[in-house]
Amino acid sequence: MKVNSPLQIYKYLPQTNCGECGEATCMAFASHLLDRSKKVADCPPLLDDKYKKKYLELSELLAPEIREVIAGVGETAVKIGGDDVLYRHQLTFFNPTVLAYDVTDTMSEEELVDRVKRISGFKKFYVGSFLKLNMVAVRSTSNDPERFKRAVKKVSETTTLPLILCSFNPDVLAAGLEVSADKKPILYAATKENWQQVSELALKERTPVVLFSPGDLDELKTLAVSFREMGIEDLILDPGTYPRGEQLKTTFQNFLKIRRAGIKEGQKDIAYPLMATPITAWMVNEDPIRASYWETVLASVFTVRYGDVMIMHSIEPYALIPEVLIRETIYTDPRTPVRVDPGVYEVGNPTKDSPVIVTTNFALTYYTVESDLSSNDIDCYLATVDTDGIGVEASVAGGQLTAAKIKETFDNAGFDFKEKTSHNTVILPGLAARLQGDVEDVTGLNVKIGPPDSGRIPGWMETNWPPK
Amino acid sequence: MVKKLKINDVIELLKDADVEALEGVTFEGDIELEIEETTGIDSLFAYTLGEETAKIGLYLLNLARSIGYPVDQIARIQAQPPTPSAPKLSKLIESKFTVGTIDEWKTPIEEVTLGATSSDGGTRGHTITLGGERALPYYFDAPMPNRNYVTIDVFDMPISMAKTVKSNYEDVMEDAGEWAKKVVNEFDADMVTIHLISTDPLIKDTPAVEASKTVEEVLQAVDVPIVIGGSGNPAKDPEVLERAAEVAEGERCLIASANLNMDYERIAAAANKYGHVVLAWTQLEINAQKELNRKLMKQCGVDRDRIVVDPTTAALGYGLDYAYTNMERIRLAGLIGDEELNFPMSSGTTNAWGAREAWMVSSPLKEDSDWGPREYRGPIWEIVTGLTLALGGNDLFMMMHPGAVKVLKEITQTLFGSIKTDETNLSNWVAEVLA
Ligand code: B12
Ligand code: SF4
Repeated sequence: MKVNSPLQIYKYLPQTNCGECGEATCMAFASHLLDRSKKVADCPPLLDDKYKKKYLELSELLAPEIREVIAGVGETAVKIGGDDVLYRHQLTFFNPTVLAYDVTDTMSEEELVDRVKRISGFKKFYVGSFLKLNMVAVRSTSNDPERFKRAVKKVSETTTLPLILCSFNPDVLAAGLEVSADKKPILYAATKENWQQVSELALKERTPVVLFSPGDLDELKTLAVSFREMGIEDLILDPGTYPRGEQLKTTFQNFLKIRRAGIKEGQKDIAYPLMATPITAWMVNEDPIRASYWETVLASVFTVRYGDVMIMHSIEPYALIPEVLIRETIYTDPRTPVRVDPGVYEVGNPTKDSPVIVTTNFALTYYTVESDLSSNDIDCYLATVDTDGIGVEASVAGGQLTAAKIKETFDNAGFDFKEKTSHNTVILPGLAARLQGDVEDVTGLNVKIGPPDSGRIPGWMETNWPPK
Repeated sequence: MVKKLKINDVIELLKDADVEALEGVTFEGDIELEIEETTGIDSLFAYTLGEETAKIGLYLLNLARSIGYPVDQIARIQAQPPTPSAPKLSKLIESKFTVGTIDEWKTPIEEVTLGATSSDGGTRGHTITLGGERALPYYFDAPMPNRNYVTIDVFDMPISMAKTVKSNYEDVMEDAGEWAKKVVNEFDADMVTIHLISTDPLIKDTPAVEASKTVEEVLQAVDVPIVIGGSGNPAKDPEVLERAAEVAEGERCLIASANLNMDYERIAAAANKYGHVVLAWTQLEINAQKELNRKLMKQCGVDRDRIVVDPTTAALGYGLDYAYTNMERIRLAGLIGDEELNFPMSSGTTNAWGAREAWMVSSPLKEDSDWGPREYRGPIWEIVTGLTLALGGNDLFMMMHPGAVKVLKEITQTLFGSIKTDETNLSNWVAEVLA
């Protein structure tokens, strides 16, 4: 982004404060453009012909430093790259690292279909939604165009996830593209050997293409400059992910160098998204658990430092769960408040005999507790106390979760225990056990202490509910 | 879905709408527009269409909008000339890649040595030096002078811990000395942390004098530098740590910890008097960290080379985003000259085991995909938590699972540059990965 104050942006807006963008003023809209929470096209008047020049200029000024590349089509399409900063606290990182998992064209059809289904079916609940995997990388291990074509066809019949077509043989890539071009797959990869044929494929089908030049940044830049000259701009750079030793150290530094050149030094020639291939861990580790661990380690390193899309192999839960969570960690917007509205919520269809459970309004806490309850079909009332978005343990320690606050939550919601319950009882989190006496005194309710982790509420209910 | 429309088709579409402006307009050639149904019209429009085509495109868009064509759902319009106008290349355009180093990183991180050998009045076999960085970890701007180190937790009484961890320690939990030996001899710990947890009034309320005997035991059992931890009880810790510092006089231990809501002056005074290093612990708050460090230096007279900071570790999925960014900001601030923050950092990486993904048998959520065996989830949780912080600038890791220690050491030392292996040839990895 070439601007750093809303004032610079304001100059390009219609300045009528018409409010169509949903903001009260053009200046307010300008600050949203700056923090990238709104897009230029969200100002309808600016789309008018008379502002065409300003629209185009502003779009150019606001374009992210690192190019954003789109692969796939429809709902599962992925955005890759598009970052503006080197550290997340400077703004936030955009477009979470796209995670692709491989299949090969030498797998049996049954094996292939099963694996694709596992990849596209994987989900892990986190703060109110499910984390998922994004792409399937089809590797040609046969080097046979016909076989590759069949595999690609089968994969795209089985899943709507976008594909990465992987081969260094342009004939193989061409065959795969024949049956998948309309799905806008990524071509992996153009190299200094095959660049002429691969560039033709990319031009013809207008698909994003990865440039691969292991360990040689001059060559990688040479490819990038040449492809751009040929009119191909949806580029992704793979400087090679060496799986161990000094080569891995160099790989890490190559990622830093390319991203620094792109963002800090504004070198447009190299300001493209980066691909890492932690899957190479499998080239140097025989034992599958060790390979899977090492692959997850590499995936974590390159999620933290600038990998925008990655190809992996292991779909073991102990690899996938940390991979999707480290991605959340790095891409969570540090600017958004992580809290939910306080109140007394119904989970399922509570009756007079259902439990009343107390928790805090820290989003992570609330969603964890709520999903533990609803997924186990526990009908109940969930009282969410306004602790300024702090979790249970820290808010007990910091004084935001108190007996008075708990009472206030029920009072504000007009929740009358006599009318709504047959038991006059609340359940406190195990980590808030020390509030028990206070809550009894202040509310006059019976207080039961639940387990420390809400995941254990179902088991705890078996012996502790209904209260005797 | 992508819709391909030729400009002439658009004109055809618009014809019935009786759009005056189009009358008499003819287009040379046939430009193809690719319309993708997502959101908003973006800047690519400008790049890819070129000025002239862009004009036409925008113009048509506005026309289309005026007759109700759903252009507001259109994300990108890209011109697709039938024959690419860009030149075909017969050979690559040779280019050189260059990038600079960061000038602003002028202030090195303090170097802090832990442990003292006989020549310095201690009994340790060797010392360990933390810090000294002049760049973010493993960056190419300046070599990293000291590697990362791991200290493994030992407790002065059996405690409850995740099953996957516990299975490694069941035979030594009753004896801190044996426990310490095991982590050094079998699990490759660089250091040992002895946590005097039993001193907590709510646990066993072990008197400080008695607890300090455990410290002596550990010092005799192993000759690596040690960390001495209290129970975390702010009222009792000063007394416990004071006494422990006294029995470990001259060993240059890391005293864990001083924090703002306790009598940190007593901890600092004990460390000064008996020759130790202070761990300054705050909870995910950069300003609190500055305040504590300032107080330790100015008010308590602790030397700069006797401070290590612990800005708090939260587990992967449970606040690691705060912990990571907090550390990275502290490190960056230190490097550009904030002398209240340029100290080596330590992480209570074992906090990772608090995450349910690390220890629960299976997901409490029916909708989740299968979580698989927890024996593999726990260690990787500890590894990824530590590794993320390593990348943010953390120097010393307090850990528990031997497998996690092994892998974390391997990756941090690889990035540090001290692990040499055979070279790998990636030129045909796509076909060569056998898995
Ligand atoms: C992240 C964190 C913070 C963040 C909080 C971010 C936030 N929005 O909450 C910040 C930096 C702000 C913070 C500050 C402080 N923190 Co803090 N913090 C943590 C940390 C690292 C993780 C906590 C967390 O997010 N857990 C995850 C959430 C989901 O857990 P949860 O809310 O408890 O919910 C679970 C259970 O309680 C249960 N549950 C929830 N509701 C219900 C309901 C029922 C009925 C049941 C049965 C169960 C149940 O299930 C949930 C899922 O497992 C912990 C250490 C750790 N545990 O790793 C320290 C920790 C909680 N903090 C601590 C302290 C002391 C503080 C401070 C007081 C420090 C200070 N001196 O300033 C401040 C207080 C700030 C305030 N209250 O204003 C201590 C608390 C010690 C204690 N037991 O009293 C801890 C344990 C660290 C430590 N070892 O000392 N902290
Ligand atoms: S829609 Fe555009 S012109 Fe109207 S207030 Fe928003 S920014 Fe200003």
